[in-house]
Amino acid sequence: MADIGPSGTGIMTSGSRPPVAVGVPSVPRPRRGLGPPGWVPLAYLAPGFLVYAAFLLYPLGRAVHLSLFDWDGLTLATFVGFGNYVDVVTDEKLRAAFGHALVLIVFFAGLPTVVGLALAAVLNRAKVRGLAFFRTVVFLPQVVAMVVVGVAWRRLYAPDGSVNDLLRAVGLGGLSRAWLGDTTLALPAVGVAGTWVQTGLVTVLLLAGMSRVPGDLYEAARLDGAGAVREFFAITLPSVRAELAVALTLTVIAALKTFDLIYVTTGGGPGDRTSVPSFEVYNRAFRLGEVGSAAAVGVTLTVLIFVINMAVARIGERGER
Amino acid sequence: MAGRPQPGPVRRGRAVLVGGVLSGVLALLLAACTPGSQNAGAPAPGGDRAVRTDIAALGPVTLTVWDQEVRGGQNEQMEKLNAAFHQRFPNVTIKRVSRSFDDLATTLRLAISGNEVPDVVQANNSRAEMGAFVAANQLLSLEPWAKAYDWHERYPASVQQYVSYSADGKQFGQGNLYGLPQVGEVVGVYYNQAELDRLHIAAPRTWDEFEAALGTAKAAGATPLELGNLEKWPALHVFGTVQDQLAPPDQIATLAFGRSGSSWNTPENLQTAQKIVDWVKAGYFNTGVNGIDDNQAWQAFAKGQAVFLIGGSWYAPDLRAALGDKVHFMAPPPRAGRPVSATGGTGLPFAITSKAAQPDAAAAYLDFITNPDAMKVLTATGNLPVVDTAAQQPPDRISGELFTAFAAASGQGKLLPYLDYATPTMSDTIGAALQDLLGGAKTPQQFLDTVQADYAAFVAKNG
Repeated sequence: MADIGPSGTGIMTSGSRPPVAVGVPSVPRPRRGLGPPGWVPLAYLAPGFLVYAAFLLYPLGRAVHLSLFDWDGLTLATFVGFGNYVDVVTDEKLRAAFGHALVLIVFFAGLPTVVGLALAAVLNRAKVRGLAFFRTVVFLPQVVAMVVVGVAWRRLYAPDGSVNDLLRAVGLGGLSRAWLGDTTLALPAVGVAGTWVQTGLVTVLLLAGMSRVPGDLYEAARLDGAGAVREFFAITLPSVRAELAVALTLTVIAALKTFDLIYVTTGGGPGDRTSVPSFEVYNRAFRLGEVGSAAAVGVTLTVLIFVINMAVARIGERGER
Repeated sequence: MAGRPQPGPVRRGRAVLVGGVLSGVLALLLAACTPGSQNAGAPAPGGDRAVRTDIAALGPVTLTVWDQEVRGGQNEQMEKLNAAFHQRFPNVTIKRVSRSFDDLATTLRLAISGNEVPDVVQANNSRAEMGAFVAANQLLSLEPWAKAYDWHERYPASVQQYVSYSADGKQFGQGNLYGLPQVGEVVGVYYNQAELDRLHIAAPRTWDEFEAALGTAKAAGATPLELGNLEKWPALHVFGTVQDQLAPPDQIATLAFGRSGSSWNTPENLQTAQKIVDWVKAGYFNTGVNGIDDNQAWQAFAKGQAVFLIGGSWYAPDLRAALGDKVHFMAPPPRAGRPVSATGGTGLPFAITSKAAQPDAAAAYLDFITNPDAMKVLTATGNLPVVDTAAQQPPDRISGELFTAFAAASGQGKLLPYLDYATPTMSDTIGAALQDLLGGAKTPQQFLDTVQADYAAFVAKNG
């Protein structure tokens, strides 16, 4: 006879079968005889894991190892323990580099999110004809190689480039300048190039999320008297939380690991005002012969990216509960 | 409830812990091998070794040569000379690996300390490259072969200093010979004759006339000087050229070679930095110097948008192609009572690695590509030969002007080293500081303090 336990979980107590609580996943029992032995799943994982270990885990371990030394790449290294990491915190140049990376997060992640949300909301609501075309055009910058983006924007920002021409054409000629050589505006200028690249990705992701929202929710809200803005904040925004988390993760990673854009446009200049950690890694390891310091910067950057993305994922998950 | 899978954060936390422990263990395991240990036992190559000049008797030899002779005339001369060498010594095969200047700089360090080391490499004279390789015992001193092939007589002293290091790599500009250069480089003043005619300015003969010409050009509404400093190194040549006219040559050489005994905080250096700032304030440069790259700058000069361009001999082929007869080159016109003083040096010298299997064959190759016949080939293919420059037949007018300038500076005048030779980090330091000086973010004194800090720190460590 079936006994119905509290809160609807059925507990079967009959005959020879051991009591198993329905609705609760059971612990897998070790099989004997039939079925694959326990190492087979690991064997399936092995090839992928070997490649992963060879190309990711081993270099990571080696980088951590190198970061404990003071090495010029040629002669015997000297062990310095955490000295390189102390430098990351105390050296002005490295602190500035990390600061610039954080500024780039605003341009690579913050601005594209705001613009992407607005754009996706408009495209979604307005049921624009040729939506596929707009999606493609907005996404195109993502397809272009970052080096090409850098070269193109370097041209645009030249004193005789298109940006200055545009400013002169609308009568703002006083604002025209050599953008990449300006001490305060060089970093924002590079950031804008990043915004241009990332906005498409965010827009497409959010569009995908918004298209899943059932139309009746909007109708219900409209009946209750909600306007467009209210609808957006009450319905659209909460339902794209997961996509927002993904978009933020991708764009924040892109911001923090930027190298090619800086290398091609400003090379860290003017002065050191657009240096970023990944550029410092390259510069120190290959040009200055400070391999240990470069490894420390790289490891610190890895940890930073990991922590920030954990936080973003945590926020994204909270919305699912 | 019992048996439920653990909630997310706890499982993730455990995964992080496990990952951290794993990487820690990995790091400790690797701690057994200290980086660079495979090179630690490299013996210091002996100064006295028996040299062989009879290469034909060596049997079949393969020489791996890494060079950066990729531009038009450079590639031509390398191919011609390699073919001629193989004809002379049929038992020696040259395996040539050619890369751009930047690519070679990035990959040479790894290659030379790796497993498959090339025999002959073109290494930048600077402390960051050649100095570091010498200190790590990875280049052979060329002294034994210099005696056999008379290299000390072939090159003037002003050129030999650029390829000399002490055996421990600490002294630059004196000591043993480590590389042989093929070409020379000199930084001078390009001018657009058509612009000078239009503005009724005579080609300046002295430094005062040059400064006056800048003023006249500016007053007439033209851009006197073109500079594109986005990549940080072009302004170094402008600064160096001004400094060469104002500071004592010994002081410049000491600072540029990273030798102890001088300082950046001198009245002459302050005067130089101040003059650059004065030029910026007077509008002698194009606007936004830090925002234009080097290519855009010489192209703007080639379009006639500026009267003068302070730059090195490497612009000549492109400017000749663009401006033809209108462009001229001269060594920086000296101040009264001073010799012709120009920043310059050599192209990248060829060196022999200490792991070369047949150093005698490598030395014969080095001798072959720098002997008087090779210099003729270099001249004919549009390069600036570093030896017997005055005796060569320049293929065209501007080449002749380059040769005259180089011969004047390296002969009776003063050929002064590039300032970023001084320390392994000086290129970065002075490049960034000059950008700040030009952009008005640093005063001349602050500029000097920044550069002095780098120089002093290195000299204190180096001795």
